[in-house]
Amino acid sequence: MSDQAYNFAYLDEDTKRMIRRAILKGIAVPGYQVPFASREMPMPYGWGTGGVQVTAAVMTPEDVLKVIDQGADDTTNAVSIRKFFQRTAGVATTERTSEATMIQTRHRIPETPLTSDQILVYQVPIPEPMRFLEPRETETRRIHALADYGLMQVRLYEDIARHGEIATSYAYPVEVAGRYVMDPSPIPKFDNPKLDDCPAIQLFGAGREQRIYALPPYTHVRSLDFEDHPFRATKADHACAICGSASSYLDEVITDDAGGRMFVCSDTDYCAQNAKGGA
Amino acid sequence: MTALHLSAGFSDTARDGAHAFRAILTAMARPGTIATLQTAPGPAPISPAAATVLLTLCDRTTPLHLAGAHDSPALRNWIAFHCASPLVAAEDAAFALGDWAALQPIDRFGIGTPEYPDRAATLIVDGHDFDAAPTRLTGPGIRDTAALALPEPQAFAANHALFPLGWDAILTSGNRLAALPRSTEIH
Repeated sequence: MSDQAYNFAYLDEDTKRMIRRAILKGIAVPGYQVPFASREMPMPYGWGTGGVQVTAAVMTPEDVLKVIDQGADDTTNAVSIRKFFQRTAGVATTERTSEATMIQTRHRIPETPLTSDQILVYQVPIPEPMRFLEPRETETRRIHALADYGLMQVRLYEDIARHGEIATSYAYPVEVAGRYVMDPSPIPKFDNPKLDDCPAIQLFGAGREQRIYALPPYTHVRSLDFEDHPFRATKADHACAICGSASSYLDEVITDDAGGRMFVCSDTDYCAQNAKGGA
Repeated sequence: MTALHLSAGFSDTARDGAHAFRAILTAMARPGTIATLQTAPGPAPISPAAATVLLTLCDRTTPLHLAGAHDSPALRNWIAFHCASPLVAAEDAAFALGDWAALQPIDRFGIGTPEYPDRAATLIVDGHDFDAAPTRLTGPGIRDTAALALPEPQAFAANHALFPLGWDAILTSGNRLAALPRSTEIH
């Protein structure tokens, strides 16, 4: 049942038009962060207000929505966003990646390959990849205008100088279509290769920071690296303790206070299907 | 002006708008795709597809330029009622509506700035001939290559050369729609 007191998908039509225009400009300039007038949402910043606004502006009544939080369908954040759209848009929801037409995600890309019939919406905390290197917005804007990304290469180099390898393990910066450097949101770098040449439309919403950006399907996305230190997608060197998958991204779960631990798939749907033998 | 002169807009604003936007998004994200819209008609000469684009994207915050035959009293009234977009000169427009010939010279329109490339015009090229000889396209949104009829491929190639600046185009005719963002390479 949807709440009749709300407009379809909660947002008013003026707001949706504004967000839709920002999304189209984001698609036209892949990787560029389009400013938008982010609204107050009935959830706190940091809970995915950017993703929720993008999802609301793109959603149609026929969509089947999946929401994941660090790969899991059953955490508080994922459950409450799913319920939010059940109530305000009356859309069908699912936990199966293959059945969803829209997937809103916090910090993971599903293990099951996406298709051209799907749209993936990311929740983004800090959209500006250069922010921790240059706090001034005027300067980061100039950096993007001039494609002057040397600072980022220096940061990766300093990782190598200190640790012997690039230690950045999530929110690993990428170059989009040979032009803009983009923060892929705090997905593990294990997921970076899935950004490249993806058949699905990928949209990024940062509510507090008021930015929307996008990757059209089949866009070339390259993780920044060096010739002698090529990018490597890493994961814990174990198999999942539940389904046995050796290829999916794993969470480390502490099981007692005596050093006991287990590794399980972060993607709950993939794990469940794989355990049944159907993934 | 009486109600007789005003054809209806969307019958269900939120749901019709959502469907129309999804079609526009798909067209813009996958250049070469031709979408068929469930359309809302406007007064001649605007095509139902272009009228649907206006209803979906334009409102009182988006300066609109009407070019050539599209700058008609009936269409001005329809836009005033349904969108309330301020009508402006080409240089100041966020959206421009007209057939390709009327939109010339095409370099009048905003292409954004290096700091804000999003502040560029979106051209709604109405009366587009989808059946003309197709041009080969590559770039973001396209797996290998795509093909789409363009009114003047050189103009789109020159626009792409400005990337990340440049205008973006939505091509409409009847109830059909395609889009060509500035990121698309023309061959």
